[in-house]
Amino acid sequence: MTALTPQTADFGPPAAMRDTPINWLKKNLFSPWYNTIITLVIGAIALYAAYTFGNWALTTAQWDVIPRNLQLLMVGRYPSELYWRLWVLLGLVAVFSGLSWGVVARRAPQLYSRNILIGLAIAAGVCLLVPTPLPYRLLLLALLLVIAITAWVGQQAGQRLPALGTWISFGWFGVFVTGLILIGGGFFGLESVGTNEWQGLLLTALTAAISIVLCFPIGVIVALGRRSPLPILRWLCVAYIEVIRGVPLITILFMGQVMIPLFLPEGMRPDRVIRAIVGLTLFSSAYLAENVRGGLQSIPRGQGEAARALGLNPVLTVSLIVLPQALKAVIPAIVGQFISLFQDTTLLAIVGLVELLGISNSILANPQFLGRFSEVYLFDALLFWGFCYAMSAASRWVEAKVNVDH
Amino acid sequence: MRKWSSVFLTTLFAAGLMTACASAPETDTAGGAEGGDDTEETTAASGDSRLDTIKERGTLICGVDGGIPGFSFVDESGEYSGIDVDICKAVAAAVLGDPEAVEYRNLDSTERFTALAGGEVDMLSRNTTWTISRDTSVGLEFAPTTFYDGQGMMVRADAGIETIEDLAGKAICVEAGTTTELNLTDNLRKAEVEAETVTFQQADPAYAAYAEGRCEGMTSDKSQLIARRSTLPNPDEHVLMDITMSKEPLGPVTINNDSAWFDVVKWVTYGLIEAEELEINQGNVQEQLESEDPNIRRFLGVEGDLGEGINLNNDFMVVVIESVGNYGEIYERNLGADSEFNLPRGQNDLWTRGGLLYAPPFR
Repeated sequence: MTALTPQTADFGPPAAMRDTPINWLKKNLFSPWYNTIITLVIGAIALYAAYTFGNWALTTAQWDVIPRNLQLLMVGRYPSELYWRLWVLLGLVAVFSGLSWGVVARRAPQLYSRNILIGLAIAAGVCLLVPTPLPYRLLLLALLLVIAITAWVGQQAGQRLPALGTWISFGWFGVFVTGLILIGGGFFGLESVGTNEWQGLLLTALTAAISIVLCFPIGVIVALGRRSPLPILRWLCVAYIEVIRGVPLITILFMGQVMIPLFLPEGMRPDRVIRAIVGLTLFSSAYLAENVRGGLQSIPRGQGEAARALGLNPVLTVSLIVLPQALKAVIPAIVGQFISLFQDTTLLAIVGLVELLGISNSILANPQFLGRFSEVYLFDALLFWGFCYAMSAASRWVEAKVNVDH
Repeated sequence: MRKWSSVFLTTLFAAGLMTACASAPETDTAGGAEGGDDTEETTAASGDSRLDTIKERGTLICGVDGGIPGFSFVDESGEYSGIDVDICKAVAAAVLGDPEAVEYRNLDSTERFTALAGGEVDMLSRNTTWTISRDTSVGLEFAPTTFYDGQGMMVRADAGIETIEDLAGKAICVEAGTTTELNLTDNLRKAEVEAETVTFQQADPAYAAYAEGRCEGMTSDKSQLIARRSTLPNPDEHVLMDITMSKEPLGPVTINNDSAWFDVVKWVTYGLIEAEELEINQGNVQEQLESEDPNIRRFLGVEGDLGEGINLNNDFMVVVIESVGNYGEIYERNLGADSEFNLPRGQNDLWTRGGLLYAPPFR
């Protein structure tokens, strides 16, 4: 074995088997004759599809509907003189994203690896190409720069202060609360903006973010409750999970938007956006609880027993030994739940909230843009893809970092 | 050990509940103004008319669809516009003196009546067809019709389809779950014609399918068919068949058992029609105040006290006409010659010109 390894390392396979692009093509796409046929047929179909799409996108499609309505798609009827509050919020988010990135990657040998640099370059290109007035594009670019710089700051600080990660978690909570105040106003002399004017991508992102933040702790608690030795508590948790999972999300949202006004007198009714957020949170925490339970079950009993043998009480056993391992095991499932929660926010358009899809429908009813649905929906799809891909990429990256620590 | 774990779980639960409670008001206060409005509503709503609630609140909450071309949509600058929206503005101008004091709520066709019944909105101006069951068992009050529509059928001009019998064996595109779909099957049954109905959840894909030739016929309200025809690749190749499959009188709606509020919506709507008949428009309303015609003087509140009867200022129609114009102007702006649709007045003309619009006398 040891005698063979230097040979392969030094000389590699013969020329005919080396992975040059042509060899790769031969090996993977054209090797037996039937694969060649399949490759040609599928290639032709793909080319034809790409050609027709390209033809449509470049000649038939009238893309001016997007730049002319970009503000509406992003923030809907949010008062334009208060946009600065949203930019401040974006700035805060950028600073904290950069810091978190740096802290999580504090032990990475190279902060800006090749892939990350490519990603940053693409993001910068997108920022510059966004069809808005130039100042906005520059602001976006500045935000990107802030992320990159604070990441370096975070890395340097993270190496010196091990507790920084905890502080940043608290910081995120602060950003969350500040964000709500910035968007809604009504405090510290900020002019208040009714939830009726939270629209477009702003509403999509906001409902998704709040629901994600709220459903995680609820889901973990319910998952622990379902494994509790206390019968009533366990039954309650099982009932909650099974009832919610037995009902489609749209039913819960309809309950919130249509039924609650009939049950509760005026004045006692929560705001419509809050009702929607509560519905989304209730729904996804039931699913999340089951994901977390899967993680809890994957932890060998020995872990808990060993913790107890060391003298840890149950609180510490669960919070220091069992939960960290369980959650780490189910990160992909949890992030999958978050992504589907983000996509589920489109259902809010059906119950009359004007999120991204709702405002798109309204724009499509503008006599000037009648029949431009392909353009608008494609743009929406692109936005959704961007957000969901970012979430899944970030989760994979965090997963890799967390496992290195392990 | 058991005891310990139970203590842990209960505290966790309590903590969870507390965070849930703590976060609810936090978002609530972020909603700011709205919460404030709601409390005002309760105090006023007990017993009084909705009219007082609205005056006290200072805004009119108007339920619209938000996605019907020409009726209600958000324009590029983020403002609501359309004929339904102008009715909301007219009512707000009459009651509050400000056409912009309106909060619009987009309502789906399923939730519109519950939203009205639950007091979420003050009125609907949302393409609602006046039918006996809605007027009686759903418990609504229908203000005068602001748009007379009817279900039509669009076909290709060269297809040679002229009567409903010619549709036998053809495919017809229709939106699912609307009265349109039911009317279509009723009409096909009556004519004993077998045709394939192709249903779509949304209007856009339905028209796209029709444009691609998936269906020979496309059915919807005539106003919508005409509006959409202009967006098809070759509008001239499509014609509306000379059939009307249903009557669709559309108008604003309020809730039953609140005559004071209903009277306001009803008479503001009539006022728009009457203004056109009296030839008072946005441009000349100030001059008309000097008019000698007793009808006009009463109508504009220069003499008499017609406004007092419905708890409004006597000159309420002056404010309305200054802000949105008369019915004719609203129509031309949103659906007629000044819009993309160029829809002829047809039935939606004054009775004096052969239409169906007729306002009872203002005296």
